[in-house]
Amino acid sequence: MRKLVQSHATEFALLAVLAAMCLVLSLATANFFSLGNAFDLLNTSSVNIIFAVGLLVVLIAGGIDISFAVAASVVQYGTALILGWMGGGGWISGLVIAGSLGISLGAFNAFLIHRFKIISIVATIATFNIYFGLLMFFTQGVSIYDLPEWLTDRIVLFEHEMPDGTWAEITLPVLVMAICVIATWVLITRTTTGRQLYAFGDNPEGARRFGINIGATQFIAFGWLGMMAGIAGLIQAHYAQEVVPNALYGRELDVLAAVVLGGARLGGGKGSVLGCVLGVLLIAITQNGLNLMGVSPFAFKMIIGAIILVAITLSNTSLERLLPFMRTQGTRR
Amino acid sequence: MTSVAARIKDLFGPEIAGPGFAFLAVMLFFGIASPQFLSAATFGSVAFQLPELGLLTLAMLLPVLTGGLNLAITFTANIAGLTVAWVLQANGGVDAGLASFALGCILAIAVGATTGVVMGLVIAYTRAHPILVSLSMMIFVRGLGEFLTRGGDVSGFPAFLQPIGHGSILGIPIPLLIFIACVLIWHVLLTRMKLGFNTYMIGSNIEAARYSGVNTRKVIVLVYTLSGAMCSVAGIIMLARFNSVRVGHGESYLLITVLACFLGGVNPFGGFGRVIPVFVALVVLQLLSSGLNLMGANQHLATAVWGILLIAVMILRWLAAQLMIFNRRKG
Repeated sequence: MRKLVQSHATEFALLAVLAAMCLVLSLATANFFSLGNAFDLLNTSSVNIIFAVGLLVVLIAGGIDISFAVAASVVQYGTALILGWMGGGGWISGLVIAGSLGISLGAFNAFLIHRFKIISIVATIATFNIYFGLLMFFTQGVSIYDLPEWLTDRIVLFEHEMPDGTWAEITLPVLVMAICVIATWVLITRTTTGRQLYAFGDNPEGARRFGINIGATQFIAFGWLGMMAGIAGLIQAHYAQEVVPNALYGRELDVLAAVVLGGARLGGGKGSVLGCVLGVLLIAITQNGLNLMGVSPFAFKMIIGAIILVAITLSNTSLERLLPFMRTQGTRR
Repeated sequence: MTSVAARIKDLFGPEIAGPGFAFLAVMLFFGIASPQFLSAATFGSVAFQLPELGLLTLAMLLPVLTGGLNLAITFTANIAGLTVAWVLQANGGVDAGLASFALGCILAIAVGATTGVVMGLVIAYTRAHPILVSLSMMIFVRGLGEFLTRGGDVSGFPAFLQPIGHGSILGIPIPLLIFIACVLIWHVLLTRMKLGFNTYMIGSNIEAARYSGVNTRKVIVLVYTLSGAMCSVAGIIMLARFNSVRVGHGESYLLITVLACFLGGVNPFGGFGRVIPVFVALVVLQLLSSGLNLMGANQHLATAVWGILLIAVMILRWLAAQLMIFNRRKG
């Protein structure tokens, strides 16, 4: 048990904070501790969690990507156009188109990074501007509201009537999110490729000398994020029932903050799917709790920013000083 | 003669090659493509647009040189602008005097510097990653601004602010003069002062800097403080240019400032980079956007071309490095 706590210090710290917050919120507000609210939380955070697990893979491999949210907007728009030309389509074709468009955008990032040895933050800031600039230029900022019916219909997978007559629902985004989370978990913990991603992120030169194919690793990491971004883009279009070219602009930094809060290290070699999901949920629950407590929505960002600032300050200093046994990093996960 | 060449090389450094080349290419391309490009009007509009992005880029430059990043710059500028606006409003709005504007500016710079101090302290003492620290500061400052303004505009300023945003002395726009003054301050700071030297030391190897007796924590706190103060200057200029303040003004500049730094030859890991090449890179970006505008394209296409330019410069730099390796092997 102690070994488990040692090797997953961030995850346990996050779980403890989450549990404490949930306890306080259940006592302080009438609606927090209900099935309806929990399901709402899951439905609204699905898109961010899909983004987050994708970004996690890139962070583990020692890179960083700024362009994924904008890439998702490009994918949304492109998928909507292609589906329009095809005259309909369905979920399968939608996901395949969105996924492959996403992979190609991710692969372009990987190509720049690997072939020309451009640092990932430089390359993705450049592609961020290219993707967003071209998207806004070609679309003139015009949104698409005329989406196929299958895409805008809400699909309820599980519903339960609450005593007060409202329905608690789990919708399709949650299922897609669960599949993405499990797939990412399998990729990074249960496959050789996953071990190679960790090894590469931790020590690129060592990984190269060990015979790991650096190029393939980069393409897998950025391609995976591209695929997740594409899927998240389609799901966002489904959830919002519209495609707005600049709707996801700015989301990349919020997701990055959540993922790093979840224990992934900027610099590579460290991070887990559980921590990453908990990081997104922590921010979502904070926002939800503030909402239920009647705090002005204008104050949300301020409070969340302050919480992250305090969290990183504490997690980098006193946690290790207060609990010396946590100082050893354990296995690099 | 050689000493002059050496002096120039000393002043600009090898980093000037990339942006200098891009500058010539842009001038040549648009000079041929559009007859109106090489005119006073083009350079006039560039001179008025340059300072907003330029001052924010200066604010980004110092942290990047230490191997960090300050993602809070645009919203720090907003909150500084808001501080000036509130001081003016508290003193009569349109009828406010010069003294209240001066007070507003001092408070604004104090506010900007405070965000920098907090970020610097957290980064220096906890060794948390600067991206994460400045990111959370960005979310906090943006939230604070939204909370205090409820997402609306603040306007209604005295008439004497107008010249600061739109006036000119001897044909040179006042915002540009302020920007050039700030460029010179940064240049002197980085090339002539101990703080500048220590900034480069920390950027290239923070452990080595610490072992050679540099108070790394103090330097990092100072660097982020100066960065925050420079954001405030940008915020004041933006207030005068738009004649209003809103949280989110200039938000799209955030990643472009990083792009301008890298285009100006600053090393993403820190330690290398100079102010003058970054200045040239900024001029190139604005010329590019003006040239495209003349040819009938909009700002969004310019943004895309800025990204393409950055990649092109990076690929050229890679090619040059390959060529050097090739020549060394041959020789």
